[in-house]
Amino acid sequence: MGAGHAHKLYRHGHSPVHALPAHCKIAAVFGFVLIVVSTPREAVWAFALYALLLAAVAAAARIPAGFLLKRLLIEVPFVAFALLMPFVAEGPRVHALGMSLSESGLWGAWNILAKGTLGVAASVLLASTTELRALLLGLQRLKMPPMLVQIASFMIRYGDVITDEMRRMRIARVSRGFEARGVRHWGVLAKSAGALFIRSYERGERVHLAMVSRGYTGTMPVTDEVTAGRAQWTSAALLPLAALAVCLLGWTL
Amino acid sequence: MHVPDGFINAPVSVATGAVAAAAVAVSLRGARRELGGDGLGGERTAPLAGLVAAFIFAVQMLNFPVAAGTSGHLLGGALAAILVGPCTGVLCVSVVLLMQGVLFADGGLTALGVNITDMAVTTTVVAYLLFRGLVKVLPRKRRSITVASFVSALVSVPAAALVFTFLYALGGTADVSTGKVLTAMVGVHVLIGIGEAVITALTVGAVIAVRPDLVYGARGLSQPLELKVTPVAAPAAPGAPRPEPVAAPVAASEAAPATEAEPKAPAPRSTKRVWLAGVAAALVCAGGISYYASASPDGLEKVAQDQGLDKQEKDHAAKDSPLADYSVKDITDARLSGGLAGVIGVGATLAVGTGVFVVVRRRRDAADAARADDRTPEQV
Repeated sequence: MGAGHAHKLYRHGHSPVHALPAHCKIAAVFGFVLIVVSTPREAVWAFALYALLLAAVAAAARIPAGFLLKRLLIEVPFVAFALLMPFVAEGPRVHALGMSLSESGLWGAWNILAKGTLGVAASVLLASTTELRALLLGLQRLKMPPMLVQIASFMIRYGDVITDEMRRMRIARVSRGFEARGVRHWGVLAKSAGALFIRSYERGERVHLAMVSRGYTGTMPVTDEVTAGRAQWTSAALLPLAALAVCLLGWTL
Repeated sequence: MHVPDGFINAPVSVATGAVAAAAVAVSLRGARRELGGDGLGGERTAPLAGLVAAFIFAVQMLNFPVAAGTSGHLLGGALAAILVGPCTGVLCVSVVLLMQGVLFADGGLTALGVNITDMAVTTTVVAYLLFRGLVKVLPRKRRSITVASFVSALVSVPAAALVFTFLYALGGTADVSTGKVLTAMVGVHVLIGIGEAVITALTVGAVIAVRPDLVYGARGLSQPLELKVTPVAAPAAPGAPRPEPVAAPVAASEAAPATEAEPKAPAPRSTKRVWLAGVAAALVCAGGISYYASASPDGLEKVAQDQGLDKQEKDHAAKDSPLADYSVKDITDARLSGGLAGVIGVGATLAVGTGVFVVVRRRRDAADAARADDRTPEQV
């Protein structure tokens, strides 16, 4: 353990977006997503404007497009669902490319694709410009219960350790000639999962004792109080305010 | 299963967000009690719950091959509820969902309330209630813990699908009829639930074999066993012959005070069997028959649904009560509502029945204890 333990989701940089305090960014992203979700789906141009806004933020943060697009792949299962929708939805049908498609289904698919993609892109931008620890502290500053923040930080801190433990178990199984091929092998895998639970829980007990012996009383001391000035809030609010303008235009036009 | 942004409309998202926040607040308080242990304060909560959350996060990546290249993974709600208790379970799964949403963009930020209500709260609470009920009813053996965790995991996944369909009916943005969503969701999730149930039962069994004290759902069971084992079979190995000492005192108690025990001993066993059969039959009826009933008439009712669709939407906007909404909506497909009512009915009946059973059992235990106190001086 030492320096350089930044998560691979985070992309180090010194852009103005990186420099903003985490809680401003979280609030901005949340506001942006909320505005996107409440935009009427018929205003197709509005979603193009939202995408332009996000592209501007990505350019300001110097996040390459390839990095962003690769992270967007998480959405693929719901894209599949959205593509299925024009076939199963009711309502008047349109004929295109030799297929009978439901009109409202098409709108629904568009709705999910557009809003889902924009939401994913916004949170990818947040995660790649904010360090994990700063993100958690930002959530705490936004009045998320400190206990929840602590649990989340323990989960993040030990998530890789537990995952590595699972990887070692897999290597141990493979080196003994085990290969899971079907339902018959579930017993072995489930025993691994059970052992993993016991190891995780016991590690938790050890971590707790180690922390108590160093004076832990249930709350984490806040060492670096990050406060945001008016200028920082203003620059963070640029994104949701621009989105709000687009949204209002979308409702009136 | 993670719901993205824009799938559920804004009002329902906000409402489920409030529900999720309330549930997390309640479980924060409850987790302190569950993880606090004996005499230790709440400072154990964060490290333990954090590590359990990391475990759930990791175990969701463990692939279980099904057949021909396909594989599934654990959802973990039922497992968490049984292993660490319902409140800690809700908390851990919620934290996992939160981190997945914020860091990996898996599940939308505005849909976080929907995701937590659906996947963290519903699965854990349903699984735990069912698990407790079954453990109360089944005989006090290690095997019944496995059976109970199997059934509770089996039901928890379709229950989450049901809640999702309900939220979709309230605020879905897509124009797919609720009946179709219900059929697809419950149908698929019954299958997923079977896998989840097998894995959960096997995992709980593996943990119970090594560290039975760690399994929160089995805490009440291990202690009376320990008390009986020590005087009877002191030289026995701790692992293998555990069932034997359990059987021995039962047989002894049946043999020694023959006059009292004979009418009493077969009675609870037979009621247990009836209960078990009843629960199984009810679940099969509710789950299985509703599935078949909803699968077949889809084509028949398509016309009716097409005509009734705009009407439904008007009702939908006007109604406040969700249950009223449901019944209005399901007039067009009565069989579906029957199936739904079946599942709800089983849940309600189980809850009521278990409550009655707990009361009866407590009284009987108290009476037994009184009798045992009377008996011991005579035998000694």
